[in-house]
Amino acid sequence: MEAFDILLTASFWVAAIRIASPLIFATMGELICERVGVLNLGIEGIMMAGAFAGWVTVYAGGDLWTGVFVAALAGSAFGLLHGVLTGPFGLSQHVVGIGITLLATSLTYFTYRVVLPEVSSPPKIVPFQPLEIPLLSDIPVVGPALFNQTPLTYLAFVVVGLVAWVLYRTPLGLALRAAGENPAAVEAQGIGVAAIRIGAVMAGSALMAVGGAFLTMSAFNSFFFEMVNGRGWICIALVVFGSWRPGKALLGAILFAAFDAYQVRLQQLAGGVVPYQVFLMMPYVLSILALVLVARRASYPKALMIPYQRGER
Amino acid sequence: MSAFHFHSKSLLVSRRRLLQVAGTGAAVAATVGFPGRLLAADPLKVAAIYTVPVEQQWVARIHKAANIAKDRGDIEYVFSENTSNSDYERVMREYCEAGHKLILGEVFAVEDAARTVAQDYPDTAFLMGSSFKPDDAVPNFAVFDNYIQDASYLSGLIAGAMTETSNIGMVGGYPIPEVNRLMNAFMAGVREEAPDAKFQVAFIGSWFDPPKAKETAFAQIDAGADIMYAERFGVSDAAQERGVLAIGNVIDTQADYPETVVASALWHFEPTLDTAIAAVNDGSFKADDYGVYSFMKHGGCSLAPLGTFEGKVPEAVMAKVAERTAAIKDGTFTVEIDDSEPKPS
Repeated sequence: MEAFDILLTASFWVAAIRIASPLIFATMGELICERVGVLNLGIEGIMMAGAFAGWVTVYAGGDLWTGVFVAALAGSAFGLLHGVLTGPFGLSQHVVGIGITLLATSLTYFTYRVVLPEVSSPPKIVPFQPLEIPLLSDIPVVGPALFNQTPLTYLAFVVVGLVAWVLYRTPLGLALRAAGENPAAVEAQGIGVAAIRIGAVMAGSALMAVGGAFLTMSAFNSFFFEMVNGRGWICIALVVFGSWRPGKALLGAILFAAFDAYQVRLQQLAGGVVPYQVFLMMPYVLSILALVLVARRASYPKALMIPYQRGER
Repeated sequence: MSAFHFHSKSLLVSRRRLLQVAGTGAAVAATVGFPGRLLAADPLKVAAIYTVPVEQQWVARIHKAANIAKDRGDIEYVFSENTSNSDYERVMREYCEAGHKLILGEVFAVEDAARTVAQDYPDTAFLMGSSFKPDDAVPNFAVFDNYIQDASYLSGLIAGAMTETSNIGMVGGYPIPEVNRLMNAFMAGVREEAPDAKFQVAFIGSWFDPPKAKETAFAQIDAGADIMYAERFGVSDAAQERGVLAIGNVIDTQADYPETVVASALWHFEPTLDTAIAAVNDGSFKADDYGVYSFMKHGGCSLAPLGTFEGKVPEAVMAKVAERTAAIKDGTFTVEIDDSEPKPS
């Protein structure tokens, strides 16, 4: 059965992990935001800003890791704006989020045009190259998929571990989670909810931006307007799919990416009998199905989307 | 080409920036306006409205031709890029109000609205990329498109001669006529040289997602393709990484992929634009289909020089390409225009 054989090829799993990488970063970013009670709909624009900031840094002569850092910085700047508007100012998280997406997208394009007023095709950089980890990459199928990727992919997995560890094993994590469940209790401990939330949104936004930077600095080597192409919105669904837990969200990202890598390969087998749109739709449909099955039991942060005003009851 | 951008957020993003650009453009045009210069020697005031950035292949060719005409002194040229379809009609009106005499653009997603604007400004000429035919009821509204099937067919002949696995990968944005007809002409060329060729055809459902195009190309290369038809950015990158060949489309990208891109079917918008400029100037502009000016016999398309692949393509096929080029130009050979969606085989 040819359709099943695809699943056993190493190149399929390599592609799945590669497609998943930007999603993992951004999903972790969104997860941090939501765990402190802030829905960050700025994700799509922040990814775009990160994609541009990282790429343009390298284009201007910076090295790749400087690019990643600048992307994270750009992301956290938008995070600060989001955090301040939704925190101390108590504005609607939906409106602010969409506003940030619009602002970041437009600002990115504006900056792009200012930096590169006259180009016929977007200039290229030398992106991250796959880094083979000796021995481990020789394991059949799993080896190349997990241990012959670019450094940014490895970083994505490290980030998942780090987020999980901080959230569940540190006092900071306890404060973060409490800010999303019962902010008044956090306040009662003498910890500022606004500071916790703003800090978390900044950190989360930085991760989203790095996810965007993956697109221009690892998956591809130049910047295109609109190249984020809805990946941010996917990550919001992945957070729900993962029941706001890093490990499950990681699984969701890989699952979605695997569907995506699978549909591309399946398209050719069907020989044009099934319209191509059906295949393009497949990862989304399957994600919705998975979401329906999984998310029913999910318990979301109780204070999600509720602005917290000090002293207010 | 790049019509259906409403799948993305661009609908909302560029409104303010666009207001700014359009507003300044209009203001500059209105106030400066070269008051002292009159008569026929005056450059024609041309405004272009693109729904995507000028880096996009299709639009890049129009932009290039307009800049050439501007440098020649034939036209004054302003443009708005990345204009969302929901803003398109308004921007058209602004340019009309500002006194531009020829409006260029792409109305694939705003066909009706654009024609309504044209009816409101009967003294302005419109030359628009469109999937529809011209209509005498809107006499100032002419259409064009990238009918470069002649060059695509020739690039197919080369691909057919170069493929060793007889397995061709093709990655496109959306299967709309502008894309399909080039793919079909290319496939016809390949089949002539490699009758048993197998085609993998995929569409990524986006104009601007090079990472996705690249992933799709990787999948096709994994499945045995040794020549990639690069309709989107990203495909040649995958070919380069895997050491297979690519055929370019609309623009020449060989400089970026010297070991990868064998040949490219180039679109030249100059004949289309220059014909329209002349028609507006002598008052003969009407609802014509300018599509033919993209044909090879009008100089609207060509095969890019082999460049780095000089000497690497079999001589027999190059002789055939030369012979067919001559036949296409003198009208003894016609490449079929087939707008139907190409399917994998």
